[in-house]
Amino acid sequence: MKVLVAVKRVIDYNVKVRVKPDNSGVDLTNIKMAMNPFCEIAVEEAVRLKEKGVASEIIVVSIGPKVAQEQIRTALALGADRGILIETDEEVQSLQAAKLFKAVVDKEQPQLVILGKQAIDSDNNQTGQMLAALAGMGQGTFASEVVVEGDKVNVTREVDGGLMTVALNLPAVVTTDLRLNEPRYASLPNIMKAKKKPLEMTTPADLGVDVAASLKIVKVEEPATRSAGIKVADVAELVEKLKNEAKVI
Amino acid sequence: MSILVIADHDNASIKPVTLNVLAAAKAIGGDIDVLIAGDGCGAAAEAAAKAEGVAKVLVTDNAVYGHSLAENLSLLVADLGKGYSHILTSAGTTGKDFLPRVAALLDVAQISDIIKVESADTFVRPIYAGNAVATVQSSDGIKVITVRGTGFDPVSGEGGSAPVEAIDNVQDAGISSFVGEEMAKSDRPELTAAKIIISGGRGMQNGDNFKILESVADKLGAGVGASRAAVDAGFVPNDMQVGQTGKIVAPDLYIAVGISGAIQHLAGMSGSKVIVAINKDEDAPIFSVADYGLVADLFEAVPELDAAL
Repeated sequence: MKVLVAVKRVIDYNVKVRVKPDNSGVDLTNIKMAMNPFCEIAVEEAVRLKEKGVASEIIVVSIGPKVAQEQIRTALALGADRGILIETDEEVQSLQAAKLFKAVVDKEQPQLVILGKQAIDSDNNQTGQMLAALAGMGQGTFASEVVVEGDKVNVTREVDGGLMTVALNLPAVVTTDLRLNEPRYASLPNIMKAKKKPLEMTTPADLGVDVAASLKIVKVEEPATRSAGIKVADVAELVEKLKNEAKVI
Repeated sequence: MSILVIADHDNASIKPVTLNVLAAAKAIGGDIDVLIAGDGCGAAAEAAAKAEGVAKVLVTDNAVYGHSLAENLSLLVADLGKGYSHILTSAGTTGKDFLPRVAALLDVAQISDIIKVESADTFVRPIYAGNAVATVQSSDGIKVITVRGTGFDPVSGEGGSAPVEAIDNVQDAGISSFVGEEMAKSDRPELTAAKIIISGGRGMQNGDNFKILESVADKLGAGVGASRAAVDAGFVPNDMQVGQTGKIVAPDLYIAVGISGAIQHLAGMSGSKVIVAINKDEDAPIFSVADYGLVADLFEAVPELDAAL
């Protein structure tokens, strides 16, 4: 079966985030960018499904500026077969991203779509669910285990208080949580091979999707900072402070 | 304005976070209806009717809503929600699962994880793992919102007497089914509801050593959490994880033991009222947010703390 994986180019998770002085957003000038960590887990899961003989072809799709080709090439080096970049310089919000992916789903007809549960920039946690709704598919969000059996997929989900397993008719959408797998690193020969794999360029207009957003960012600020308190000498002083000063125990 | 709040519940009662969501609804202003969708959920509906500021409780009691399957629940909420200006639920794993589907079905954006209401169309939410805070304004006709409970002080769960109205609206998408669940069994409070939390990090060295935290937790009636480092190292299960990629908590007292204080952990707990850090590395970043810091070997300090309580 065909598997479609969506990946997003975001600020590298090791980079310290700085808010622009004019409060218009986060400063991304000359900042190291990388594939969203949850998307890496999505790519890895698709590659494992292919290694198990469940997936026959892995298509990786991204939305972003031309340089987002880098993240698609990374996915190709990890084992995806071909890529699609929906090129736009606009900030695409979750609903519009879901509509773009829906257009790709209509064309490619994958049996499984795997996305990260959220991107570490906007932290929305929406796109996979929205795509599933638009495509009329079932969804296994925050997945820690994915088992394809016949025309169904069983997804174990990380929920508040434990784990929950659902069975979904295929085609279906899965969004990845941290413990689903540990992504591999791309080997140098595979990075070289990835350069020759097909990467199709398209645009929101080609796909007939208007990416105008209904949410406006009014301002972006630094979070309120906590200041350091005091150091206590020993446990006795700590207990005394908690009882008599903070009055929390 | 009219607001639909979808309650978090376990059929028998509403979860405390619902009262925080009601507080966010109150801050927006307008008539507030609460939806209880479940299977055998009459008692939860009665509980919701007692909460402060509720105009009406709508109940749909049917097996299709038994496990809050997003495919079914989203069809119901999108259908009912058309008549409202705002649709709110908590940003727990149920809300995060079904509400984006509702937004897509209504062809509107979702505003995730709000921590403050500026006005009926403008909201504040953390982005970049809490390293920045965005104020966003929505031009959609229906505002679909998940609420981070810790951002709002709860309304009272007693004293109200809203009418309970049963509605007959069964939506079965027929594309998903419940297979099973494995819930962590614990007498300790759930992390998102606990007044006191004691968490361990990589400094705990192994899962067995969490027993010393559990002993303190039992004396304080506290929940036990962990940093992502401790979870990644396999010491404890992921549902104990506090942080941007785990649970966002804001108890009265948070005790961080052997936790260095990575940004992603701070994003999950810096809303706590009082923070205590116990770490032998005096340069650990956790001390920069702690009200009370104790530089000590946790294997000596924690048993001492246990004995002193």
